[in-house]
Amino acid sequence: MAITADEVKHVAQLAKLEFTADELQMFAGQMDDIITMVQQLSEVDTTGVPVTSTVAEAKNVMRKDVAVPGTDREELMKNVPQKDRGLIKVPAIIDESEEA
Amino acid sequence: MNFETTIGLEVHIEMKTKSKAFSPAPVQYGSEPNTNTNVLDWGYPGVLPEVNQGALEYGMRAALALNCQITKDIHFDRKNYFYPDNPKAYQITQAQTPIGREGYLEVELEDGSTKKIGIEEMHVEEDAGKNTHDPDGYSYVDLNRQGTPLIEIVSKPDIASADEAYAYLKKLRQVIQFTGVSDVKMEEGSMRVDVNISVRPIGSEQYGTKTEMKNLNSFEHVRSGLKFEEKRQENVIRAGGSIQQETRRFDVNTGETVLMRVKEGKSDYRYFPEPDLPPIHISDDWIKEVQDSIPEMPEDRRQRYVEQWGVTEYDANVLTQTMEMSDFFEATVAAGADPKLAANWLMGEVSAYMNDKKQELAELALTPEHLAQMIGLIQDETISSKIAKKVFKQIVANDTDPKAWVEEKGMVQLSDPAVLQPIIDEVLDNNEKSIEDFKNGKDRAVGFLVGNIMKQTRGKANPKVVNQLLMASLKER
Amino acid sequence: MDYFKNDLTSIHNGLVKHDFSAAELTAETFKQIKARDQKIESFLTLNEEAAVAAAAQVDQAGITDAEKLAGIPVGIKDNIITKGLKTTAASKILENFEPIYNATVMNKLNAARMINVGKLNLDEFAMGGSNENSAFKITKNAWDQTKVPGGSSGGPAAAVASGQLLAALGTDTGGSIRQPAAFNGIVGVKPTYGRVSRYGVIAFGSSLDQVGPMTRSVKDNALLLSAIAGHDKHDFTSSEREVPDFTAKLDGDIKGMRIGLPTEYLEQGVDPEVKEAILNAAKTFEKLGATVEEVSLPHSKYGVPVYYIIASSEASSNLQRYDGIRYGFRAEDVKNLEDVYVRSRSEGFGDEVKRRIMLGTFSLSAGTYDAYFKKAAQVRTLICRDFADVFANYDLILSPTTTSTAFDIGAEINDPVKMYMNDILTIPVNLAGLPGMSLPAGFSNGMPIGMQLIAPQFGEETMYRAGYAFEQATDFHQAVPTIGGEN
Repeated sequence: MAITADEVKHVAQLAKLEFTADELQMFAGQMDDIITMVQQLSEVDTTGVPVTSTVAEAKNVMRKDVAVPGTDREELMKNVPQKDRGLIKVPAIIDESEEA
Repeated sequence: MNFETTIGLEVHIEMKTKSKAFSPAPVQYGSEPNTNTNVLDWGYPGVLPEVNQGALEYGMRAALALNCQITKDIHFDRKNYFYPDNPKAYQITQAQTPIGREGYLEVELEDGSTKKIGIEEMHVEEDAGKNTHDPDGYSYVDLNRQGTPLIEIVSKPDIASADEAYAYLKKLRQVIQFTGVSDVKMEEGSMRVDVNISVRPIGSEQYGTKTEMKNLNSFEHVRSGLKFEEKRQENVIRAGGSIQQETRRFDVNTGETVLMRVKEGKSDYRYFPEPDLPPIHISDDWIKEVQDSIPEMPEDRRQRYVEQWGVTEYDANVLTQTMEMSDFFEATVAAGADPKLAANWLMGEVSAYMNDKKQELAELALTPEHLAQMIGLIQDETISSKIAKKVFKQIVANDTDPKAWVEEKGMVQLSDPAVLQPIIDEVLDNNEKSIEDFKNGKDRAVGFLVGNIMKQTRGKANPKVVNQLLMASLKER
Repeated sequence: MDYFKNDLTSIHNGLVKHDFSAAELTAETFKQIKARDQKIESFLTLNEEAAVAAAAQVDQAGITDAEKLAGIPVGIKDNIITKGLKTTAASKILENFEPIYNATVMNKLNAARMINVGKLNLDEFAMGGSNENSAFKITKNAWDQTKVPGGSSGGPAAAVASGQLLAALGTDTGGSIRQPAAFNGIVGVKPTYGRVSRYGVIAFGSSLDQVGPMTRSVKDNALLLSAIAGHDKHDFTSSEREVPDFTAKLDGDIKGMRIGLPTEYLEQGVDPEVKEAILNAAKTFEKLGATVEEVSLPHSKYGVPVYYIIASSEASSNLQRYDGIRYGFRAEDVKNLEDVYVRSRSEGFGDEVKRRIMLGTFSLSAGTYDAYFKKAAQVRTLICRDFADVFANYDLILSPTTTSTAFDIGAEINDPVKMYMNDILTIPVNLAGLPGMSLPAGFSNGMPIGMQLIAPQFGEETMYRAGYAFEQATDFHQAVPTIGGEN
């Protein structure tokens, strides 16, 4: 096993995902298979090889500092699940009832 | 046990570009919520970042002004974390290739000495939106600030005291202001400071454990917080305890630092190169172009004030502490004021007024033109320096034209001998005794006579002219 | 209007000559969609009302001969943003998402006055090779409805292959246009990275994604690419190169063209029938005057692991914005912010998407970054160099598109690694940012076999030229599927 259920849980936490115990087991197993597959890369000698993080031929692409007025707020807010006075509404970080 | 202190500062400064770092929405403070935003700022599905050349050049300007080496080949990175004010759930920053490295600031300490404080790196990144917590159990998100270009300046662990940190911040603000990259308005949150501090017994090779304070927006809070924290850490160690890695908060009311949370391991931001923005090469020509665009820095202005305008070294130094003061001074001179008199007024009455009212220069009704005009009125003896104080009170708080006001209020100084001579004659006629006293060598008599003349003219007589005419008249009697 | 007996040019001529109107064409297209798509299930959303209105407008304004695509229906993969028309990426998390802007490719199609008839199915967020990962429906292969249409552009491929449309837009991150094109016996092109704007395309792997045309013929494909390609100021990775008319050099003449046939691409688990079809294709090219020689791409076997690390890492970051706060699905009865995040995402994403997010997050983590993400980005460099070495001496690379023909629905869904290995022949093209085309090259047990042509960066013209010559010399593209007993 290259990855444990605990590690899977930790990664899930970073990714803001949660799994049931069954799912966790399935994911750990599948991730383990994937990671085993991925580990064949270790046999490639990459000493001194630069990374490729883009294959775009474009370089030095920049926009001039010119402001374009914002998009209509109503339009932007159209898909917001919860809103109030032109603001996006979200439950607080901590549940009030948990603090009490 | 004696300790030495090590302080590191990470300073975020918002840059005053017209548009955002990675979107063309306007950068503007104080607008209605979510009105300076577009689909890019909102992280709508399918959008792509558009890097602002202006933001990059401002970053280069700041880096050059902070004596940094410019990184020639740069790219952007994503810093991943979830928060409601961070719509893409990643911040575009420069983790691997900060635009500036290995810089320094020459800082003036209170004892007059200077110290070189190293700058580890300086990079360009985007600000987050604003998340306001409400007692109703909800947070409210305004994305106007999202994407505002920031520079983050990371100091080397060269700062050894709270006072040095304070001096560093003041100097940093001054330099950045003069580059024109930012107005550095603390009250608008355009400069925010994260500090870390550790103490260790003198001679110890390893740094002590650091504690952090984040998002301080007042230099005084930084200084007080660091002073308290330095003492607290020393006391803990003296008592045999140990410092734990934690984030603390400075309580303005008590002047103490309070534990917020203990750090558990390092945050995992999963940095990786931003694939949506191709890399950028910064050529020598480009660096030179940006270098040439940097406005005159405080040292150069100071020298010019001394050499061209005869202002004293000390005055020139004070006048160039902030961009606002320096600009105001220059505008006053440009409006025709004598530089030395302008310096005196700005450092004297104007500064005293600002201190008294706790106002910034920009908040005053006073304009450089009005100040210059008033100084002109004193110089051409239209008003006396005594009257000038009254005029100043008026123009500093109201948008009043000094010349018109002086005339309207009848405060113009009486300098015409044809008007003054009859008054002097009358005073002398009524004070024979004083004339005799004068002739007997009693100089006090002159003062008495002048006082009388001033009373007759309700203070408007030009003292110099009065003196000349009086002495001549006395000799004739 | 029988799309099996027409191409974009004949339809265009019919419109120009007023044999039929755009309105009639659109109406008939919807009629056909409604009849055939019951079996194929390729559409997620029909855009009927707006399409009918747009067609009427085209009729009113008239069509000049220069407007080769005006008034012709097109289908759009549902990860391409269409203003005012629901765009879901086949995910529950965007089930009711209504875009407020248009993707650049949509603006281009609108400028060409094509008629958008609706949004086509895909694997959720384009992650998958079978369409079984769609949150809404499983599209069926046009040739056999018990088989997968491939993925992720399974919807567009099956819709075109079943004669519902002549043209559709797909997206390709690791083979998502070419593999379903191969499985359905049509022509699919993934253009050079940067040839087509990604603005408004729901990002999966940002350094790999490209939009491309899916059609029944090479010429139609070239026509559609000419319309959507070009620099976009909203996509900083898009190329400023001028866009040639990709149909200009379709003359069938490929004499002297040097074609490389990579040994590795015929080994890696390729079915014998598929291998035979490609070797036959090589002979066809030789008969047409090209030279075909074996070449080597030694690092190609690492393509799959490199791809799964890089694409998943980028995806894990790209998909963080689906957090239930500004748009999309938010879980019910959430108590605090963490709930909003964790529950919206856990309930909103399907298993395959979660797997990729997990793998990507893992690969980018502080402790694993060097061994995974960085290592993969280095091996990617070696893969790019392999291609550069070959293209120093060859104009084009020939290979199978897939190792096998379309597999049965349900056959591989529980074995992610096996599923991932299906993309072994298409992935390296994305990693190197090259243009790639799949076109029909034979049949095995009644299922189409796809052949892949790979060109150097911005070598689309060469690719189309060779593809067209091959198409003219063969009749695989003329075969037509029987859909539920009719066609």
